[in-house]
Amino acid sequence: MSPFATFVARRLARACVLVIVVASAAVLLVHLAPGDAVTELGLDPARAAAERSRLGLDRSFVRQYTEWVGRLLTLDLGESVRFQRPVVELLVERVGYTLVLGVAALVLALGIGLPAGVLTGQRRGDLVSRGIAAISLLLLSTPPLVTALLFLLIASRTGWFPPGGLGVADGTGPLAALEMTVRYLPLPALALALPIAASLERLQSQAVAEALRDPCVIAAQARGLSASRVIWVHAWRLSLKPVLGVLGIVIGSVLSGSFVVELVMSWPGLGNLMFEALTAQDLHLAAGCAAMGAGLLSIGLLSTDIALASADPVTIESA
Amino acid sequence: MIDRTRIFGGTLLALILIALAAAPVLSPNPPDVLFQDLAFAPPMRPRLIDGGGIRRPFVYPWRLADDRRTLQFQPDTSRPREIAFFQDGRVASTSPEPWLLLGGDPLGRDVFSRLLAGGRLSFGVAFFAALLALAVGSTLGAAAGFAGGRTDRTITAVADLVIVLPLLYVVVTLRASLPLVLETTSIFWTMVAVMGLATWPVPARGVRAIVAAERQKPYAESAYAVGAGPLRILLRHLLPAAAGHIAIQGLLLFPAFIFAEATLSFVGLGFADPTSSWGIMLHDAAGIAAMTRAPWLMAPAAVIVLTVVAIQLVIRGSETRARPRQGLSARAAV
Repeated sequence: MSPFATFVARRLARACVLVIVVASAAVLLVHLAPGDAVTELGLDPARAAAERSRLGLDRSFVRQYTEWVGRLLTLDLGESVRFQRPVVELLVERVGYTLVLGVAALVLALGIGLPAGVLTGQRRGDLVSRGIAAISLLLLSTPPLVTALLFLLIASRTGWFPPGGLGVADGTGPLAALEMTVRYLPLPALALALPIAASLERLQSQAVAEALRDPCVIAAQARGLSASRVIWVHAWRLSLKPVLGVLGIVIGSVLSGSFVVELVMSWPGLGNLMFEALTAQDLHLAAGCAAMGAGLLSIGLLSTDIALASADPVTIESA
Repeated sequence: MIDRTRIFGGTLLALILIALAAAPVLSPNPPDVLFQDLAFAPPMRPRLIDGGGIRRPFVYPWRLADDRRTLQFQPDTSRPREIAFFQDGRVASTSPEPWLLLGGDPLGRDVFSRLLAGGRLSFGVAFFAALLALAVGSTLGAAAGFAGGRTDRTITAVADLVIVLPLLYVVVTLRASLPLVLETTSIFWTMVAVMGLATWPVPARGVRAIVAAERQKPYAESAYAVGAGPLRILLRHLLPAAAGHIAIQGLLLFPAFIFAEATLSFVGLGFADPTSSWGIMLHDAAGIAAMTRAPWLMAPAAVIVLTVVAIQLVIRGSETRARPRQGLSARAAV
């Protein structure tokens, strides 16, 4: 096997471990919580007992857990007590929203943060770059909770944007759904993206400033290449590595932030579902959400690992 | 330039800390008293001019315009209330009547006083959580870096696993597995434990790297040669090399904990209402009624941002200073 394939295989194994550990931890934690989902339904004792035995909640933890893992292999995640529906169905329904929100926020954050960082990194100290640095310090200090609330405030006072959530589509079919998403997406996506864009800007700025001191960039300048070519082709490529290096953490913070933004702006994604599952102590649903979240995270981490390995083969050696 | 931003950040942070420490004296009203007919009341700004003449600082109390449902407030210019300074153990107040510097919340409590009282809880949680994360992280990181081999691999693997998990999901899940209704003190320590345990890998990674590198250096070898035990070498010689790193990691974690407390309390898994914390107050600000008629309820958001800006300024100053200092301390130790 080539070193690259070995590297990918090892990272893939790590991703699987992550999903299993996270989902197991969720099963354990929800199990440890006092009371269970059936108590929340408020049935009479006889029916509650019947419901528990139907869902397998009356069996020992070890048995419940091994059964859960066994079913996981066949992609059956059990049934949600809260919604009285299979967990997989619910997850499939909701994960799309989180994906759309997360990807939109990531694209926005990269699209705003990286160019701004290149701009401030190449000329430190002038008015524009100091202005950007100040804005980014402010955004860096603003949690997604606050950006989401501020946007809601603006939306409710000006009426420029629909204040969060997804409305009811005018028609049916994918086109109407797409239109709804486009109308309602900008606010939550921006609320999620801005703090992350700020941290990317700071990082990129530093990376570009360092890259500009690199001998190969000085050589490019000496060859008489135009300033913009030196910056956007040579220095930018050099500065890519530190940014790719933190992309894994960035994906984590997108997920983390999407949890808040979804709750504040009633975006019907995974974060909202997970929160409902936890407060209703819906064991199977919570574990399913955790597994799904860990799955998304793993895919993100895996792709950044591969990107990093292709950009800089040294990564493979040190892994 | 760098020093100036650092001094500015440090001063700002110090002012916030002093304000929180002096909360009972600084707040014009008790934070938990419900003032009748002052729900959603706008801020009462201190004034100096009354009917054309200048007088000592005073405020106009609010009067409900017509009926209670519309919540239209008008300043009652017929009875200006003079602000009393340094009376009844408060720096400034208009007691017995309330002075709502930042307006009233949906239950008619004083937003400013709640902001100060709540800040103590939010800061307290963040402080102890940072302490716990640093203690656990430094211990495990130092153990990994010092022992090497299997211990190192195990700790690093666990740290790598924990560090990629989204903080808020972890904290919410851990918190949700505990009883929902708890006393304020139990909630406080639960949040500290949950946040500390979710973030220990952040300081651990750096400490591990520093200890592993310093262990190879001649001064550590010579300490071993003169017969110092492993614990002494670790505590007396190696960990001091990581002290600067540990301090900065603590500062870096602090904002994350302030955010996490706000979020947890906001979604109802943190502190709960009569208690005040910045997260609970933001929850009050998020209602439709609050959004449209009481934007001053967002005051905690401004304070959170201000606090974290101050911390970021201090960190930026320290980071650029830490580099030359580290080199110096290593040389001095040799």
